Amino acid sequence: MSKHHDEPLIELNGLFKTYDGAGFGAAKKKVHAVHDVSLTIMPGETLGLVGESGCGKSTTGRMAARLLQPSAGNITYRGRDLSLLRGRESKTMRKAIQYVFQDPYASLNPKFTIADLLEEPLRIHKLGDKAERRRQVDAMLETIGLNSSYARRYVHELSGGQRQRIGIARALMLKPEFLILDEPVSALDVSVQSQILNLLKDLQKQYGLTYLFISHDLNVVHYMSDRVAVMYMGKLVEIADVEGLYHAPFHPYTQALISAIPSEQRGKRSERRLLTGEIPDALSIPEGCSFHTRCPYVRDSCRRETPPIIGMGESRTVRCHLYPVDEGLDYGETKVALG
Amino acid sequence: MPLLTDWVKKAIEPEPSSQQRNCRLPEAGERDEDELLAVRNLSVNVKSSSRPVIEGIDLTVGRGEIVGIVGESGCGKSVLSLSIMGLLPSALKLGGGELRLNGQSLHQASQRQIRSMRGKHMSMIFQDPMTSLNPTLTIGEQLTESLRLHLKLGGREARERAVLWLRRTGLPRPEAILSSYPHQLSGGMRQRVMIAIALCCEPELLIADEPTTALDVTIQAQILDVLFRIREEEQTSILFISHDLGVIAELCDRVAVMYAGQIVEQGTVEELFESPQHPYTIGLMKSIPKPEKKGMRLYAIPGTVPSLHDRGEGCRFQSRCAHAAAICLDAMPALEHRGGSHAVRCFLASGERREMDV
Repeated sequence: MSKHHDEPLIELNGLFKTYDGAGFGAAKKKVHAVHDVSLTIMPGETLGLVGESGCGKSTTGRMAARLLQPSAGNITYRGRDLSLLRGRESKTMRKAIQYVFQDPYASLNPKFTIADLLEEPLRIHKLGDKAERRRQVDAMLETIGLNSSYARRYVHELSGGQRQRIGIARALMLKPEFLILDEPVSALDVSVQSQILNLLKDLQKQYGLTYLFISHDLNVVHYMSDRVAVMYMGKLVEIADVEGLYHAPFHPYTQALISAIPSEQRGKRSERRLLTGEIPDALSIPEGCSFHTRCPYVRDSCRRETPPIIGMGESRTVRCHLYPVDEGLDYGETKVALG
Repeated sequence: MPLLTDWVKKAIEPEPSSQQRNCRLPEAGERDEDELLAVRNLSVNVKSSSRPVIEGIDLTVGRGEIVGIVGESGCGKSVLSLSIMGLLPSALKLGGGELRLNGQSLHQASQRQIRSMRGKHMSMIFQDPMTSLNPTLTIGEQLTESLRLHLKLGGREARERAVLWLRRTGLPRPEAILSSYPHQLSGGMRQRVMIAIALCCEPELLIADEPTTALDVTIQAQILDVLFRIREEEQTSILFISHDLGVIAELCDRVAVMYAGQIVEQGTVEELFESPQHPYTIGLMKSIPKPEKKGMRLYAIPGTVPSLHDRGEGCRFQSRCAHAAAICLDAMPALEHRGGSHAVRCFLASGERREMDV
């Protein structure tokens, strides 16, 4: 999909997000929610972002949408640094990047009618007159597969799937180029989930959208994504195209994730690679490689040094001491390989 | 004549694998030694309107068997498990039918009798370990509470047993965990504490209501492993409730699929996953995104589950079914045997459904 465009749509460069944790004085700890995350997304592409809850996937998504300010690092969109944009330019950029939240129950105002909810982004950006905005609302309802009678309804009258359609429609009202989908189907039942996934695929084709698809469901991510980035404890541990990642995962954590996907095939259970140990506390991320406390291949160096990001062929990177740093790759090229 | 039919079955059928044991459908008035939990034609009603939330539930859990219940939100899976535990919310009450554990009726039992059965004979793990643990008590206090209450153990004995069970669920440093509070543990650790609490009195029946839904896949795999081992070691029967077909397929011997308050299909895991027959089961399986479906359009079951008030006279799935005929609107199909232990609640003959195969 990305073959026709050489310029990346959005680049996250060395993003950090740090929060103040609990404690006082010298005992006060920092929470490193996101640690040195670099991602490149090409126009029209879907990049899946997977990881356990609390690994920093949503924080990364929120920084990309400028809902959170990174502690360090920058984000460029079509080559422009987002943090440097002011005034009208900043507003235009906000229209181009939209966010769909996980929980449509919590992200839609219950006092608004559906028409009000969908019109609000247009009103805020002062687009069109009242009649024009209403026309756009009706057109959008049709696009997402609801008839115009829904315009007068309230959120509580809708089912979970319909609410998520409204959440998506609201993000689409400003004709964005880039959507951040944060667990858009996690709150839905399987039969409804497939309706929403189909809708997202259709919309992507119709409007040429680019997606950052955040999810913990590995089957859903496989279905939706062109490439997948895996996060663990705030760090990216592996990026690969979807087939490569699912068929030959490099990082031990990715291997464990892929082998833990529940399967309807009997007997797969016995081949499973079970991890031991618990997910470390975000306040005390282990020294060295964050995964070393659960890794079956742990070595001494893993406990001491944070592994570097290593290029593993075209558009594939892994952060693990098991893989030798390729002599031919200097740091600059590694960064390219990240994308 | 259960013995004779069993004998005939054994003679004509190949030796069942360990996963297929106890795979029989209940018949009226029947009870045998292997049967632990028997649910017969059970319904649970809303008190105010007498509308049934679940109805006509027939389900058997044998000793050492893991039976899965799968269905979407609102299908009545949790109501079923709460009715077995005698924990129905006050707005609901047991309607007709029978509910027996070890031959003893739970339906007629007083609150006091049921309380004496909880813990020792049956116990339950809930979905969300954070809201089911008391934040103001240490893990040790919560674990030993049930041991003192149900097994009348003394302080030291209870503590030793608590440590033992925490270790069995795979928790590191169980002694240290006893003195910690729920907020100090991760989600997976809390769920293991819940499992330890549920299992420490060595119940015959464990009801697990979506025990891994709030957890990550790697931790989920660990928890499923714990449940599987407990079954192997203790012969504990497990009623496992989930919306995840993959998890059900991995863990369970038999499965019941629920839709809008009824069981629409049940059978062994092999029967159900290899030849699903009810259009709803087939639709569910087709709508799961799987690697081989990449690039293809996903199947989606049209419409939504009818609400409690919109359930008509006919088949509950009729409004969403591509194969609905006139009869489906007027009459409720019965849960009928389709060979082996497979039973389906649908009017369509299996031959007419080849085109819908997964």
